[in-house]
Amino acid sequence: MKAVVTVMPKKSVLDPQGAAVAQAMDHLGLPHVGKVRVGRSIEIELPEGASEEKLHELCRDFLSNPVIEDYELEIR
Amino acid sequence: MKFAVIQFPGSNCDQDVIHALRSFDGAEAEYVWHKSESLDGFDAVVVPGGFSFGDYLRTGAIARFSPIMKSVKNFAANGGVVLGICNGFQILCEAGLLPGALVRNRDLHFICEHVKLRVENAETRFTKAAQPGALLNIPIAHGEGCYFADDATLDELERNNQVLVRYDGVNPNGSCRNIAGICNREGNVFGLMPHPERACDPLLGSTDGRVIFQSLLS
Amino acid sequence: MSDPAITPEVIAKHGITPDEYERIKSILGREPNFTELGVFSVMWSEHCSYKNSKLELKKFPTTGPKVLVKAGEENAGVIDIGDGWAIAFKMESHNHPSAVEPFQGAATGVGGIIRDIFTMGARPVFSLNSLRFGPIDGDDAESKTNRRLFAGVVSGIAHYGNCIGIPTIGGEVYFDESYSGNPLVNVFNLGILRHEQIARGGAVGIGNPVFYVGAETGRDGLAGAAFASRELTEESKEDRPAVQVGDPFREKLLLEACLELLASGCVAGIQDMGAAGLTCSTCETASRGGTGVEIDLNLVPKREEGMTPYEILLSESQERMLVIVHKGQEATVREIFEKWDLPYAQIGEVKDDGMMRVREGDRVVVEIPARQLADEAPLYSREAAPKREIPALDLATVPELDPLESLPKLLAHPSIASKRWVWRQYDHMVRLGATVLPGSDAAVFVVREADKILAAATDCNAIYCRQDPREGARIAVAECCRNLACSGAVPLALTDNLNFGNPHKPENFLQLREAVEGMAEACRAFDTPVTGGNVSLYNESPIAAIDPTPTVGVVGLIADPKHITTSAFKQAGDAIILIGDLGHELGASHYLKVCHGRKEGAPPLLDYSHEIEVHNAVRALIRLGLVRSAHDCSEGGLAVAVAESCLAVEGAPLGASLAFTTNGLRADQALFNESQSRIVISTTRGNAAAVLALLEWRGVPARRLGEVTDQDSLTITVDGRAFDWKLASLHEAWAETIGRLMSS
Repeated sequence: MKAVVTVMPKKSVLDPQGAAVAQAMDHLGLPHVGKVRVGRSIEIELPEGASEEKLHELCRDFLSNPVIEDYELEIR
Repeated sequence: MKFAVIQFPGSNCDQDVIHALRSFDGAEAEYVWHKSESLDGFDAVVVPGGFSFGDYLRTGAIARFSPIMKSVKNFAANGGVVLGICNGFQILCEAGLLPGALVRNRDLHFICEHVKLRVENAETRFTKAAQPGALLNIPIAHGEGCYFADDATLDELERNNQVLVRYDGVNPNGSCRNIAGICNREGNVFGLMPHPERACDPLLGSTDGRVIFQSLLS
Repeated sequence: MSDPAITPEVIAKHGITPDEYERIKSILGREPNFTELGVFSVMWSEHCSYKNSKLELKKFPTTGPKVLVKAGEENAGVIDIGDGWAIAFKMESHNHPSAVEPFQGAATGVGGIIRDIFTMGARPVFSLNSLRFGPIDGDDAESKTNRRLFAGVVSGIAHYGNCIGIPTIGGEVYFDESYSGNPLVNVFNLGILRHEQIARGGAVGIGNPVFYVGAETGRDGLAGAAFASRELTEESKEDRPAVQVGDPFREKLLLEACLELLASGCVAGIQDMGAAGLTCSTCETASRGGTGVEIDLNLVPKREEGMTPYEILLSESQERMLVIVHKGQEATVREIFEKWDLPYAQIGEVKDDGMMRVREGDRVVVEIPARQLADEAPLYSREAAPKREIPALDLATVPELDPLESLPKLLAHPSIASKRWVWRQYDHMVRLGATVLPGSDAAVFVVREADKILAAATDCNAIYCRQDPREGARIAVAECCRNLACSGAVPLALTDNLNFGNPHKPENFLQLREAVEGMAEACRAFDTPVTGGNVSLYNESPIAAIDPTPTVGVVGLIADPKHITTSAFKQAGDAIILIGDLGHELGASHYLKVCHGRKEGAPPLLDYSHEIEVHNAVRALIRLGLVRSAHDCSEGGLAVAVAESCLAVEGAPLGASLAFTTNGLRADQALFNESQSRIVISTTRGNAAAVLALLEWRGVPARRLGEVTDQDSLTITVDGRAFDWKLASLHEAWAETIGRLMSS
């Protein structure tokens, strides 16, 4: 069992990294890109029967910073 | 000798490098803005430290595409001397002028402190004023200064004496084989994480960094 | 979308009292609309208007022959340092944002204070910070939270300061129960400029265009100023989406672009957008200029779609400035901001009608007389509790503990232990100015462009202030000036950050008033005018108010590089001399707190004339080249001061051997008392007699205590009783405690 957690900056929060990447893409020949958001992806190998509830808790309080980030959890 | 000090948006050691260079007899130094495309009239290039483009995405990842970098590559290909310090080293690696990459420090913290460096090869344009094996007291200041390359690359660097300086005693950031600075195969491009420009004035506690600039000037 | 109706609940939610609402109506001659209500609520919050503290702040001395720009006139005061050069400096708090999101809270605090400085036309050259947290040394949830806050704040400061390339070269960090859940993050920045470069924040020149430059406006930190003016409660967590994110890279560009713009001569007025963002900068520039400003929100660069006028005006997005440009020179703005790839827009112009008028296209959404909004917030003198007597400490109730155990315990207390774990994360070397490593009595910085050497320190012993705010504030100023004297500097001026609890509680307001009066008096005594600062009230966690913490930052000048002196002993064989008395006061001491678990008793008494004589004496000795090291006695008293001078030696510590007799003091009292006006210096053996003779001639009490050794021990013999500590164990306690706690 494998979990993939995608952590992204919240929609309303400034993402300086995304803004800098968007500007660079413009300079590198792909102008007028829309919003760029930079997040991170975390892969976790889980033991059988791992608690999904606990996993959500850790996603919320540990893997992401709920003040400025949202997460999505996908279990494969 | 006339040095070009490249200024990227977010460079912050550019003034310091200029200040240090101008303390040497026979050294001239001028800023070159990253949107410029020419290095005409310069004898050497310094890519200084800082946080070019905020270090966003990866350190040096955006800076390598600045217009001036094409000229820096040509300059190096024609045998010109290029020195990359800290963020400058990271940019030279991203730009493919030096092998390997700089990743996050082992303890994940930014570290600013004096370290001991051992001169491993004193027969290059960057180190010839130093004694072989000399210990230099030069500060580091970085969050991503852990030098990484695969074993084959590291073996090749060692074989060709491209490792110019190594951390002595304590390895502050977890760099492979204690590597603090390397040059290219041809010996005209040198990148290092420590800041020699911060060790050029007795008021700052060390003048050991002068030997790097002296080597270039002699 | 229509605005919410203005009900008594809506008014209360904006923190506006019924009386204030009546005042708003009389200023406008009508009811305010919802946006205007929001504008008044932020401008009349404590954070922007100082409505609860302004009457007290007027007690500070703010003038002097070196003061070029006075406190309160502009974003930061400016002080002459000679040869046509000047410095602008200021301290500001980001306590509440840091409690909610420590990393971004501290980072944006650094960004804000740096903007305040370059708004003055100065190039920021170094930062300090004064930080306070709850205890970090337990396994309980609270300690864990405090460690998370501490780590987050330190990395936030490092992230912003390191990236923007302005060194963080000193400050202080304290740990005390009273800051659990309500950390204090006070950040200080100093910039350098030529006299003729002083920039003003007035909207002058009717018809001049008003430019918005810097980052786009988003829904960041909505109503943060109002937020900072409330107590932290469980519900504060719901304020979380309001956290602003700092972008030090953008600010670096903005800093360079603004300095370039100012140098071009096209700027008529400039103001940063900090708390209350566009609102504050618009009405303040109009008020200062004695003019009006009209802007159109449709022209403001925005990051998000569908923002309402209320949201745009109250947004606290970072890294933005308002610039008033001389008419006809608009092209210069365009040229410079395009070079730096920064957004800019002409959003309005200076008017002659004294109004802050905000349009959204053709629709006027805000129309308020600027001066009344910016400068005529209601001022309150809150009720102060009656002063209470502070009982002196009864020594008989304090059991005498074994100093052999007490000294390592004091050195391991995180407030006293080495802060290397902290400052190693700060780039303190960029700009080639920090000639003294962080951790000495004062930070010392060579300003290369001006060829001047500055010294700066921050101080506040909050236990003293808790017990006696007046005396504590006096001592904060004295200690800061003493730290400067130890580094060889003459103090020039002072900035303060007054951190207190809810002023509506009479006990808290008494503390504020007492501290301000004590500080004002000390500033007069030390001839250090106040150049500005910040007030942070409502520092209360669910349990109680913080200990009153009036932090001061003092800046001074060192005349000659040869005078730069540090706290570390230099060589075995040097004589150790105590300037000042042996002292005896243990009230409110760290010994009492750390070793006995008691915060009680009256703090030490300060005698200004004696204190000043001690400063002058140590500076005179330094100028004569007779001082190898100098360190003041503060938390932990003489024994801690001497131990720190041993341990602060780079590389291998040096030992010391001391012996002295007292007039019947207990050993713990002799070693750990915190009586004021005391400095431990070392000098070569050959110079010791001359030093003592000079001090006697000046009428300053002094005694030779012993000498620096190359032994692995610190030995102090008090009235014939010898106490001997191994340096290695003291070093472990002092040097490694914080790192160990933070990696656990």
